[in-house]
Amino acid sequence: MQASTAKKAIDAKLRAKGIGMSFKRDGNTTAVLENIDLDVGEGEFLCLLGPSGCGKSTLLNIVAGFLEPTSGTVMIDGESVKGPDARRIFVFQERGVFPWLTVEGNVGFGLFRLTRAERETRIAHYIKLVGLQGFEKAYPQELSGGMKQRLEVARALAVKPDMLFLDEPFGALDSITRLIMRGELLRIWEAERKTIVFVTHDIEEAVQLADRVVVMSTRPARIQKIVEIDIPHPRDISSPRYLELRDGIFEEIGLAHKI
Amino acid sequence: MSSTAWTRRLERVVWPLLLGLVLLLAWHYSVAWTGSKVFPSPLDVRKGMAELARRGVLWGYIADSLRRVGVGFCSAMVVGIPLGLTLGWYPAASQVVNPLIQMVRPISPIAWIPISIVWFGVGERSAIFLIFLAALFPIVVAAMNGVRNVPSIFRRAGRNFGLSPLRLLATVVFPASLPQIIIGLRIALGIAWLVVVAAEMIAVDSGLGYLVIDARNSGKRYDLVVAAMLMIGLIGLGLDIGFRQLETVKAIRWGFRHEG
Amino acid sequence: MNLLVRLRPLGFIVLLLAAWHVAVNRQAVHLLPDPLQVAGGFVELIQRGLLLKYVVASLFRVTWGFCLAAIIAIPAGLAIGWHRRLEMALNPFLQILRPISPLAWIPISILWFGVGDVAAIFLIFLASLLPLTLTAINAVEGIPAVYVNAGRNFGLSPVRLVYSVLYPAVIPRLILGLRITLGIAWLVVVAAEMIAVNSGLGFLIVDARNAGNRYDLVVAGMVSIGLIGLLLDMGMRSLESVRAFRWGYSED
Repeated sequence: MQASTAKKAIDAKLRAKGIGMSFKRDGNTTAVLENIDLDVGEGEFLCLLGPSGCGKSTLLNIVAGFLEPTSGTVMIDGESVKGPDARRIFVFQERGVFPWLTVEGNVGFGLFRLTRAERETRIAHYIKLVGLQGFEKAYPQELSGGMKQRLEVARALAVKPDMLFLDEPFGALDSITRLIMRGELLRIWEAERKTIVFVTHDIEEAVQLADRVVVMSTRPARIQKIVEIDIPHPRDISSPRYLELRDGIFEEIGLAHKI
Repeated sequence: MSSTAWTRRLERVVWPLLLGLVLLLAWHYSVAWTGSKVFPSPLDVRKGMAELARRGVLWGYIADSLRRVGVGFCSAMVVGIPLGLTLGWYPAASQVVNPLIQMVRPISPIAWIPISIVWFGVGERSAIFLIFLAALFPIVVAAMNGVRNVPSIFRRAGRNFGLSPLRLLATVVFPASLPQIIIGLRIALGIAWLVVVAAEMIAVDSGLGYLVIDARNSGKRYDLVVAAMLMIGLIGLGLDIGFRQLETVKAIRWGFRHEG
Repeated sequence: MNLLVRLRPLGFIVLLLAAWHVAVNRQAVHLLPDPLQVAGGFVELIQRGLLLKYVVASLFRVTWGFCLAAIIAIPAGLAIGWHRRLEMALNPFLQILRPISPLAWIPISILWFGVGDVAAIFLIFLASLLPLTLTAINAVEGIPAVYVNAGRNFGLSPVRLVYSVLYPAVIPRLILGLRITLGIAWLVVVAAEMIAVNSGLGFLIVDARNAGNRYDLVVAGMVSIGLIGLLLDMGMRSLESVRAFRWGYSED
């Protein structure tokens, strides 16, 4: 275990150095992010965890190339990030699917460079992967929230990106669907082994999914602690180790684990 | 459950019929009571309508009006949608052009009649130009706002997949703004129908608008005036209902709030 | 820098005026005036006192027609919207009347009121009546049921319910409808004046053309119509920005 972590650190997929971000509003400058150093290894599942509004989404938008940081650099595969790229797909909450396209149309959206035949096999494969067979011709308005979310993941995976950025993707789903979706995401991740950066404010979700959990502080956000989740999948969420890690993070954030 | 739905549907028919009957009676008796020789009673209007249909001019006039609206509206669409999309796409362009649009828009299309006659002479092309002008502004403004209101999440998704700007416009921005454009088109079609009647009253000598003014000027045939007005109302309503069918197309429907 | 950006629309208009000027003067014989002649037309209209007189005449008609329509249509529309059966009964008739150009009423209006101000005011009244009624009906129907239920839940009397829930919920839409309708009224007054009366900006346009092809006056009249229409619209827009009404505009 120790050795593999060390190796990850050497050939990091994504390396963010000294990221700072501040917004100007009404003449005041608010610092959102301060001096963030972060490495994400190839094939790793990393969770950014923090309270709402702490700036973790801003960080995700920066590494995805949608925002330019005030200071610092982001390197992916040794190249500095200058903008969004089809090799790295950002998954929004389910409202990111295009309502004017069918399920097929959405999955095939990014595949305009392929030939028709290739496109069709690719679409069929990913629709099957996320379990939306039978809904190929349906429009998003006819789907449930969880199905829309899976559709958006399929749209992202279909272009075979090396990385996925997920911004609280299950935030709008009910708690049961959310649990199912976590299982689905892990299944897909194990099948495809993409590098995933996943933003959440849900401690349980982070501990269930991630290889490492990056705990972020309140504004201006810094990395408070990085917790390695050394439990193999499928994880037993009542095992002592799970509870220990979870409670550790609860304490780290400053919450007593009692109501 | 289904029986209440059925009574509801029945109510939708019964109440308007009842009210219509009351209104017709009121109209009939108030004409009889005032002893008006000029203003027609409902029966006169019905006779007028039959006369128009028999003389055959009615169909010709309807066709004329519809053709003018069709040509003017379609050319406004062809010019207005690309223009509006461009203006919405380049905020700098719309900032430059917007004050001009805002100033020209409140000028009644009818006020362009003298100019339109200088350019196109009296007749068909003049009327079509007026309709084109009247329909153009709502279409441009709708397309412009449509593009501006495309949720940024859609644009970002498009950029993320590495789309060229042109492809982004064609596959994301245009479909995303389509519902708003359709609303604009519907409004523009309604305005075009209002304007064609007005233009025909002044600038040409055929069409339903001409029928209204001609029936009055040549012999105070108010039965024909009212009959023509009814036709105008019914056809306008028909156009609107026809256009509404577009809103139910699945690829567009997401943009409309549907009851039930 | 910022100032330069703000001046761009002005620059664009100047550019168009220059193009207009050149285009007109390249033709040997021209009916249409160039911008300078239009400016001259403006000066002439002001000197003869016609511009002010006609603007006042048009505004007078719009004010009367529009206000009368508002006074009748808003309460009527609210009542119709509140009573489902009434709405069902009236809806088909409103839908048939709506596509009839207000100008098609000119013969009837002249029959009832003779040629003159009252006929024109009646046309504007008609033109404003339907859109305002429909706006009011839609405004009532668009009240979220949550508000009404919340109001009932707190045990408000019907009067208080109207006053403290319906009225504020409906106002933003009504103001939007009033703005659009005022625009329509302004379009119609010009058209009505071209046919039915002999004063006002619409009359100015027709008269300037018929009496000697004075196209400089025609265009000057059109520019005045545009400017006043713009001012009316801006006035109504400033109502929208009043704080207490504002919540309704962020939604759509």
